[in-house]
Amino acid sequence: MRSRVVLRRLLRNRQARSGCLALILLVALAYLGPYAGPYDWTDKDFLAFLSPPSADHWWGTTSIGQDMYAVTLRGMQKSIVIGVLVALISTGLAAMVGAFAGYFGGWVDRLLMWGVDLLLVLPSFLIIAIISPRLRGASWLWFVVLLAAFTWMITSRVVRSMTLSLREREYVLAAAYMGIPRWKIIFRHIVPNLASLLIIDATLNVSAAIIGEAALSFFGFGIQPPDVSLGTLIAEGSRNATGYPWLFAFPAGLLVVLVLSVNLIGDGLRDALDPGSTS
Amino acid sequence: MSILQVRDLTVTFPGGVQAVRGVSYEVSRGEVLGIVGESGSGKSVTSLAVMGLLPPGAVVSGSVTLHGRELIGVQEDELTRVRGKSISMIFQDPLSAFTPVYTIGAQIAEAVRVHQKTGKDKAAKRAVELLDLVGIPHPDARARAFPHEFSGGMRQRAMIAMAIANDPDLLICDEPTTALDVTIQAQVLEVLKTAQRETGAGIVMITHDLGVIAGMADRVLVMYAGRPVEQGPVDELYYRPRMPYTMGLLASIPRVDGAEGPLVPIEGNPPSPAALPPGCPFAPRCPMRIDVCDEEEPPLTAVGGGRHVACVRSREIEHKALTGADVYPLPVIPPSGAVRVPRERRATVLELTDLVRHYPLMKGAVFKRRVGTVHAVDGVSFDIAEGETLALVGESGCGKTTTLQQIMRLEPPQSGHVVVLGQDSARLGKAERKALRGDLQIVFQDPMAALDPRMPVGDVIAEPLRAHGRRNVAARVAELLELVGLSPEHAERYPQQFSGGQRQRIGIARALALEPRLLVLDEPVSALDVSIQAGIINLLEELKNTLGLSYLFVAHDLAVVRHLADRVAVMYLGRIAEIGAVENVYDRPAHPYTQALLSAIPLPDPERERARRRILLQGDPPSPADPPSGCRFRTRCPKFARLGEAERRRCVNEEPSVVRLANATGERPDHGAACHYAEEIEVIPASDDQEEK
Amino acid sequence: MGKYLLRRLAMNVILIAVAASLAYMLAATTMNPRAAYQGRRPPVPETVIDATLDTYNLNDKTPLLQRYTTWAAGVATGDFGRTWNGGSVNDEMGRRIGVSLRLLFVGTLVGFALGVALGALSAVKQYRPSDRVIGVASFTIMAIPVFVLATLLAVATYSMNRALGFTLIEYTGEYNPRLTGWDQWLNRLNHLVLPTISLSLGAIAFYSRIQRNMMLDVLNQDFVRTAMAKGLPRRTALVKHALRTALIPSATYFAFAFGTLLTGATFTEKIFAWHGMGAWLIDSINQNDVNAVAAVSLFAAACVLAAAFLSDLLVAALDPRVRVS
Repeated sequence: MRSRVVLRRLLRNRQARSGCLALILLVALAYLGPYAGPYDWTDKDFLAFLSPPSADHWWGTTSIGQDMYAVTLRGMQKSIVIGVLVALISTGLAAMVGAFAGYFGGWVDRLLMWGVDLLLVLPSFLIIAIISPRLRGASWLWFVVLLAAFTWMITSRVVRSMTLSLREREYVLAAAYMGIPRWKIIFRHIVPNLASLLIIDATLNVSAAIIGEAALSFFGFGIQPPDVSLGTLIAEGSRNATGYPWLFAFPAGLLVVLVLSVNLIGDGLRDALDPGSTS
Repeated sequence: MSILQVRDLTVTFPGGVQAVRGVSYEVSRGEVLGIVGESGSGKSVTSLAVMGLLPPGAVVSGSVTLHGRELIGVQEDELTRVRGKSISMIFQDPLSAFTPVYTIGAQIAEAVRVHQKTGKDKAAKRAVELLDLVGIPHPDARARAFPHEFSGGMRQRAMIAMAIANDPDLLICDEPTTALDVTIQAQVLEVLKTAQRETGAGIVMITHDLGVIAGMADRVLVMYAGRPVEQGPVDELYYRPRMPYTMGLLASIPRVDGAEGPLVPIEGNPPSPAALPPGCPFAPRCPMRIDVCDEEEPPLTAVGGGRHVACVRSREIEHKALTGADVYPLPVIPPSGAVRVPRERRATVLELTDLVRHYPLMKGAVFKRRVGTVHAVDGVSFDIAEGETLALVGESGCGKTTTLQQIMRLEPPQSGHVVVLGQDSARLGKAERKALRGDLQIVFQDPMAALDPRMPVGDVIAEPLRAHGRRNVAARVAELLELVGLSPEHAERYPQQFSGGQRQRIGIARALALEPRLLVLDEPVSALDVSIQAGIINLLEELKNTLGLSYLFVAHDLAVVRHLADRVAVMYLGRIAEIGAVENVYDRPAHPYTQALLSAIPLPDPERERARRRILLQGDPPSPADPPSGCRFRTRCPKFARLGEAERRRCVNEEPSVVRLANATGERPDHGAACHYAEEIEVIPASDDQEEK
Repeated sequence: MGKYLLRRLAMNVILIAVAASLAYMLAATTMNPRAAYQGRRPPVPETVIDATLDTYNLNDKTPLLQRYTTWAAGVATGDFGRTWNGGSVNDEMGRRIGVSLRLLFVGTLVGFALGVALGALSAVKQYRPSDRVIGVASFTIMAIPVFVLATLLAVATYSMNRALGFTLIEYTGEYNPRLTGWDQWLNRLNHLVLPTISLSLGAIAFYSRIQRNMMLDVLNQDFVRTAMAKGLPRRTALVKHALRTALIPSATYFAFAFGTLLTGATFTEKIFAWHGMGAWLIDSINQNDVNAVAAVSLFAAACVLAAAFLSDLLVAALDPRVRVS
């Protein structure tokens, strides 16, 4: 019932509507597009190195003859999967840490928040970059875990401060006065009432994770060849963006549109879920 | 000659919602016009429209003339010359009404300099003078303080100082005392009267409090659903109301001057301005509704004597001299069985002995360090007998909420004892504590915050049942919903779909789910409109009598307390000042604080309100972090001020404890006060029906 | 106040020490400086490699704790150790720190000032064309990662310079070492243009959104209405009362945004070939240069905490409610 109201409000928002439409098209392109193209992403055309977009190679070819269309869509699939996984893990972690720290208070709170502060002192990019040499050759899922492990801190601070105010809410007090255990109160009354914040944050974390992945891959710290992501492709393309613009333009363009559409949806969700708030 | 004339003012918000639908009034020099209405009646929007301060997008039509000059539709810069110069406004919440980053003095000086060509120094000096005028002690130093360093009452005084800085012709006061405690309200109303004397301005006083209006206003305008429904001189309107809504409103307010018996509730809720019923908007709630009422909205028509009424049956009401009690059905509340047994022979459900709760006072954002102790509750003792209602009253910061939390937690207190149904909270095991929670439940103040918005009402009520492993949950939920006057089908809806009064009923149903014996009521009606409030008070009274409950009732509204409670305990700065049977404490208060508190409550009775002499307290209550030595009330005590040097010494050195008064007699010889020089006096003029007795 | 600041400073020093130590441990366990020597032709004997690595305190055969103690003792006396090929980390840092700080300082200043101004404008003109333009622009810019933005800027400048036939805006390096005096100073400014744009555009977009939201929150508050009710014109009320108050929450975001800026600076330096700390981080990770990585981490931690401290000072200066009396 409530979800239908939110959906209606979301679709009434013009920005969110275009965001949804763009995202649907992009996901369809990433997962259905490869079937339409003449080449597989692993195919190499030894007759066309670095050829510009043509009828045969729609988005041109790379320096080793890969079809850019196939490779870029493959990279986008990976970026989308990484974005969604990282967002789910990090938002879940943030909700748990923040809610427990806020509701229990005392030393639990101090310990958890001290950890958060420490993690915030060093930019997560730096830490992941330092660890990344170890991950060369490991599964890309480890990379997801690493990204998620360093993106939850700010959200958990927000969750904590909201929990602090929810804790004094009368319905939470009422539950405590009924004799309901504290962990049950957190799952039954605190976390559901943070739902709008968490949904918004998870959405915005998707785009943050996509950018984060691309940024690390740009320097070779992320996805490792032969696997591709939008980040590795952009890194490849940017080295000679003036000479062979198609190598740069297609992955970069798709990345920007992808992030933009997710951000538009996130912003629209905020308006739809919290009509009162503007922040 | 009138200063301000409002003609047929309408305000339409984006989306086509008409918040104000044709308001007309005028105000003359030195006159006070009271505008009364419940929340959503459009009374505040009307005044913002007069000032031209509505948010962009609101469409205003009609006419507002100031000294004959039209204000609607004029250029913004012409309006800025009028605002703060000819018309000033005083807002409800004085904390949010001052910019937090500038000093009070600077903000008042700014108001001076906008309209007068004076230098900075002169404006600053004028600001200090104005602060002095509104009774702020040490105005020199206080002018340099920031808004957050002022108490609520002081802020509202400063607000008045700012409003009269340019000697305005008209003051619009929008609920100026709603956020304040009664003794502070009395002070601020006094300052407003001074301000009016100084400036000779006309005042538009907007409030929901019929008592405040009775003492201040010359004429009254009653608003309902965006329109005036009745208007006239204050005495006429209060003693001979002609519109069923006004009649119901006057009959539904509990009065501090007595009158036993159930209150008259107005059924239903005010309509939403987006979905007005056809015809008279009050018709769906009106006990005198006839078919004509649904066809056409009656216009506000003059009925002579300066009175206007919008009701097709006003002639009939006048002719038959009907009152609220005549036209509204009077609820029947079954009597209680417990009260027939004398108090001494009834079981004790709650006993507090010397309860203490101190908080460390922390300072610093990063490195917190203890800089003192807040003596929130400092030795409180009382008991509640079965079937009895004890009211704990006092102003904000007196420790009543802390006391209640200490009881509800069922943990060992810092000092003293909390004994619930014979079990000491310090000696409870985990299982015993949980079992005891079933006998002790709570109803909260804010019906919006008390129910989890993400749970259907059925689950809200079922939660305590499931937590305690009860069976037949669904059947019990349906039974509870009926008990509080809702229908079982409501179980599937969410709290947001109910009105404030209905939500409070749901909160009561949840509290009753486990069949408790003691119910703690934390300001259960203070967030509700008066017409809704009466229904909840009646429900509480009925439940107590039929279910044999005992209540601990925490409140600041002494009129409601008089109506609902058997005994009352008055708290001041963490201690009990006076305790006893309601009729003893109200009719013959012995502690100077109780006397001041009772005398500060405005009566919805213009003649008696005008004739009353108030005991005004000086300044604000001291901080509970630094209570005065000896008697805590002595710094503000009017009696202390009259004592001789030798007598005073006792107040300064010796902390008084509650002593039973020697001459406590009558049916219930239950009356004690914590004052060395307690002396019973009468501060509320006896009501007519008591005089008749 | 002074005592409070001192305690705050001490706390920050501890946090920096802990963060840098963790970074050192991480780097020392994940990186393998030996690799640089092992693949050489002709092969270097293992004893020689060990000896070389020992002098640089980079030998993975030495227990981690022992290497850490040596490193920490050095740092405590102001010696950050040796790079993988024996150079002094201190010297390298001395060359690079100024480059990074110049970029960060200008980028932060431009980003905050322009962002706040645009956000406030946007809020005051809510739903008008200027608000929409600012909104769409900031959304688009926030969706463009800094490395894409920087590359785009570089490409655009390259094309423009080629079309003009001379170099109007420089797009690589910090300055032209062949110029001297006044000319070199101007040349440095020219070189600063593109990196500053690339670094601060994102910050401008971020702050403008934040400031717009904060300002809208404040616009509906009672005190703005009071200011207008006493006769202030709308514009004065908005600037003097609303904007002034809405600056407070924006100042608290300063600390959060700085970490992102620091990461952005890494890309900017790398793409525009500035030899700053960020570029050094990337190079030293690729060269398994443990001590250099630890030094950059310490620098980053110090920058982040300095930003947090600055943001607290800013809030205290703006908000009388939090001032310690």
